[in-house]
Amino acid sequence: MEALLATAIGVLTACGVFLILRARTFPVLLGLTLLSYAVNLFLFASGRLHLDAPPLIRAGASYTDPLPQALVLTAIVIGFGMTGYLAMLALRALAESGDDHVDAGKDS
Amino acid sequence: MELPLAPSLLLAAIPALAFGGCLLPLLLQRYGRAVAALTAAAVMAGCLALLLRLAAAALAGHTEIFRLAWLPAWGLDFSLRLDGLGLLFCLLILGIGMLVVLYAAWYLPDEDRLGRFYSILLLFMAAMLGVVLAENLLLLLVFWEITSLSSFLLVAYRSDKHESRISARMALAVTGGGGLALFAGILLLGEIAGSYELSVVLEAGAQIRSDPLYTPALLLILLGAFTKSAQFPFHFWLPNAMAAPTPVSAYLHSATMVKAGVFLLARLYPALGSSDLWFWLVSGTGAVTLVYAAAIALFRHDIKGLLAYSTISHLGLITLLFGLDTPLSVIAGIFHIINHAVFKASLFMAAGIVDHECGTRDMRRVNGMFRCMPITATLAIIAAGAMAGVPLLNGFLSKEMFFAETVSHAEPISWALPLLATVAGMLAVAYSSRFVHDVFFNGEPVNLPRQPHEPPRWMRAPIELLVLLCLLVGVVPAWTVAPLLTAAAGAALQGPLPDFQLALWHGFNKPLLMSLLALAGGILIYALRRPLFAWQEQLPPLHPRTAFERFYSLLALNARRGVALVDNGSLQRYAALLFAFVVLLGIWAYRSGPAGGGIRVPALVADEAAVAALCVLLIGAVGTTALYRERLLAVILVSLVGLAVTLAFIRLSAPDLALTQLAVEMGTIILMLLVLYYLPPRSAPKSSAARLSRDLLLAIFAGSGMGLLTLLMLSAPFASISGFYLQQSLPGGGGANVVNVILVDFRGFDTLGEITVLAMVALASQALLDRLALPAPARDGDGRRWASDLHPLFLAMLMRLLLPLALTVSVYICLRGHNAPGGGFVAGLITSVALVMQYLANGSDFAQRRLPQRPAPLLALGLLLAAGIGVASWAFDRPFLTSAHGHLRLPLLGDIELATAMVFDLGVYVVVVTVVVTVLSGLGRLSQRSRLGDEGPA
Repeated sequence: MEALLATAIGVLTACGVFLILRARTFPVLLGLTLLSYAVNLFLFASGRLHLDAPPLIRAGASYTDPLPQALVLTAIVIGFGMTGYLAMLALRALAESGDDHVDAGKDS
Repeated sequence: MELPLAPSLLLAAIPALAFGGCLLPLLLQRYGRAVAALTAAAVMAGCLALLLRLAAAALAGHTEIFRLAWLPAWGLDFSLRLDGLGLLFCLLILGIGMLVVLYAAWYLPDEDRLGRFYSILLLFMAAMLGVVLAENLLLLLVFWEITSLSSFLLVAYRSDKHESRISARMALAVTGGGGLALFAGILLLGEIAGSYELSVVLEAGAQIRSDPLYTPALLLILLGAFTKSAQFPFHFWLPNAMAAPTPVSAYLHSATMVKAGVFLLARLYPALGSSDLWFWLVSGTGAVTLVYAAAIALFRHDIKGLLAYSTISHLGLITLLFGLDTPLSVIAGIFHIINHAVFKASLFMAAGIVDHECGTRDMRRVNGMFRCMPITATLAIIAAGAMAGVPLLNGFLSKEMFFAETVSHAEPISWALPLLATVAGMLAVAYSSRFVHDVFFNGEPVNLPRQPHEPPRWMRAPIELLVLLCLLVGVVPAWTVAPLLTAAAGAALQGPLPDFQLALWHGFNKPLLMSLLALAGGILIYALRRPLFAWQEQLPPLHPRTAFERFYSLLALNARRGVALVDNGSLQRYAALLFAFVVLLGIWAYRSGPAGGGIRVPALVADEAAVAALCVLLIGAVGTTALYRERLLAVILVSLVGLAVTLAFIRLSAPDLALTQLAVEMGTIILMLLVLYYLPPRSAPKSSAARLSRDLLLAIFAGSGMGLLTLLMLSAPFASISGFYLQQSLPGGGGANVVNVILVDFRGFDTLGEITVLAMVALASQALLDRLALPAPARDGDGRRWASDLHPLFLAMLMRLLLPLALTVSVYICLRGHNAPGGGFVAGLITSVALVMQYLANGSDFAQRRLPQRPAPLLALGLLLAAGIGVASWAFDRPFLTSAHGHLRLPLLGDIELATAMVFDLGVYVVVVTVVVTVLSGLGRLSQRSRLGDEGPA
């Protein structure tokens, strides 16, 4: 399972980085989304992987580490806010320069 | 009346009053020039009154210290000291400062409102007080920098003039650069001495001098002192700084700015002095400056230019005295600091009056002023006598001490020093004679723009006072300046003072002979001025200012080129550089870090479901990347990834995360589709092969690095810090869902910060969308209409039915969140998705009529709920955000567990809903606006 997760994180990072390096705003948006999946999974993995041990207090149960989960939960929501903001920024740049290139509006 | 204040608090009150008062003139200037001037004078008088209450102890040799911890970990404390040396400088700064305030009120033109001028002057004065009162060397440095910055503003006071701006920039570049060197030097000094407190550093002289770092530390500190005190070859900024209004010159170049450098020499003398390096560097620099600047001064035709070079020369003299490295020479140096401040301030003021009355300062035109302004002329002549070292005046006494020191110094070049001193003395007499003779006598004025008169009574008063001091000190030194000088020298030497006598008459001796020689020689040089001027005319001109400007532009040009290498405005390049740097850092950390145990993954058996989920994720991620130019397909593929991640969270015991991810996923898809709607219909052009291979390489490195890092992390031994949360969740937080209790209770403060960030995203998005108009294409790239039926009836009706259901679910999720998967974040996301669906299905008009339009009040409500419940715990004497919980038995519903943290969660809920709806509906409204724009004119 650990190897699978590591593969997932690695591939998500690679795809995210590649897309962020594209010249148009939309792939950058996609790349950031993929990269934030990777980061969230990585943060989550820092609490180690446990099956059937949700951090809900019950009699006689075992629990996984709740702290990374709390961190990742807010990270997911903030990541969405960030994506939304970036989308606005991209549209604003498009409106001002008429182009969806990431460097649109640069003096040169 | 005796104030019940500890002396150390009085001491701290001096800079506090000075800094606190420095905005007052600006605030009060609307009541008139006089009020601004009086305010500035009152602040200085207040500081002086505080100082005088401490003066007696300082004169008696007591060192008063005030300490307040600031950044103790860095050795930076707000600690001040007042000893004899500090007292002397404070008196000069405040005394001459008050005279300058009075003088400036008359000097500066009536249309200036003076608030700005006095405020900057006070800021500068406060920083100077800070420099001379600092006990902590880092604090001294802070004040030192403020003097550089505020003097920049003072020199550039006539900011509409090009010359002022250039001169101010040059002064700032030179003194600021010196300040950087001083910073490095003081850091070294503090490292050597083990403390930045002066009381420690001054005791550690022997240890400092034997340290291998002594040489670099000394060089750097001297660089700071020499640039500030305009020593050769850093002197050129000072004559150019004469572009400042004369009151500024009178203040900066007599008692304050340039004296900060020699103050530093005196202050650090016990720590740094008494070494060969100190002797050669300090006395050598001082000697060269002394003679060179005196010679230049003679040839300046501008009155202020002459005084400026004379200032440099006198600073050289003081530096030379400190460099001679004997107790008596230090005493003479301090004595000359006082005398120079007094006579040079009065001379600058006199020069200012002449300038003010004549409209020019060119000595080839300003002649015969004695008849026009006899009183000013007399005062200026006496002050110039002090500058030349004429008996009965204060300058004579310190110059005599200087001559005596050069004679008695038993260094290898014993004959050179007295010779040099005599030559410098002759030159000083010569330029002083030129000042007196050219300006006040020497025939008639040439072609003056106006008829000069005596200045107003009060403009002359400061000069009268200063000249009186010249005379008093010069005639009866033992009764006037002796106690102050003794205290200051005692503090500078940090040890017993040698026997010395301040007296007018020491008998016929070598120093007296040198004085007479200097007088006679100086008058002879002045008599020969015409051939000398002619000789100087045909010399190749020296333009340190143009050279500096050229150097400066060259530096700026190269800096711009260097920046352009990395900063070319391309986001792609920045991102590539950033990723490459991170990859390199990772490789470096991996290779240099401690050798771990390799990869030993605790084998959690992967079943078929996990492998299948991974396959879905890989297809999604790789597919998105490969097909990113097919944008709609890419969005669908990205949602596959989101789904796989959600499944992973479910499988790996994180139900809360799975819920959140699922809800966010819906929001993300809607967002991406909306963005896609506005983007130009054509796909992105293909990248070049080189660019593609570069990016692929970076991506593969980054990806494999992250994969490896994950494996390494999972192999490392694990020690959780969450035991406390698991134990206390139920008894302390009143909730069984530990993740939720952490979010709203244990780490509630963090969450408060996070929802604040979210609220900012909503506000920023609204600002970005403000008056944004994007042409929304009616047809897609292939010429098809986007949609024939904008709001299908079936979808619309279904969504309206679904809304109450979705709201019920989210209330349920929110309420149960404390004990089961759910909570404010998830509930907020569900509600907002339901609301956004109304926009999609029924159109913006329908939704807008039913929903609040402005996000700000709702955001405020959410944040206030969350913060308010935190503040409420103060009412019960608990820390911020302490949660309380209890059981409530209600009829019908039974036992309900309630916690105040639920109110916090409600705040989270409100913020999340507002943010998501604002962002998504904002984009949606955009489409409406642009469609109207599209159809309106057509």
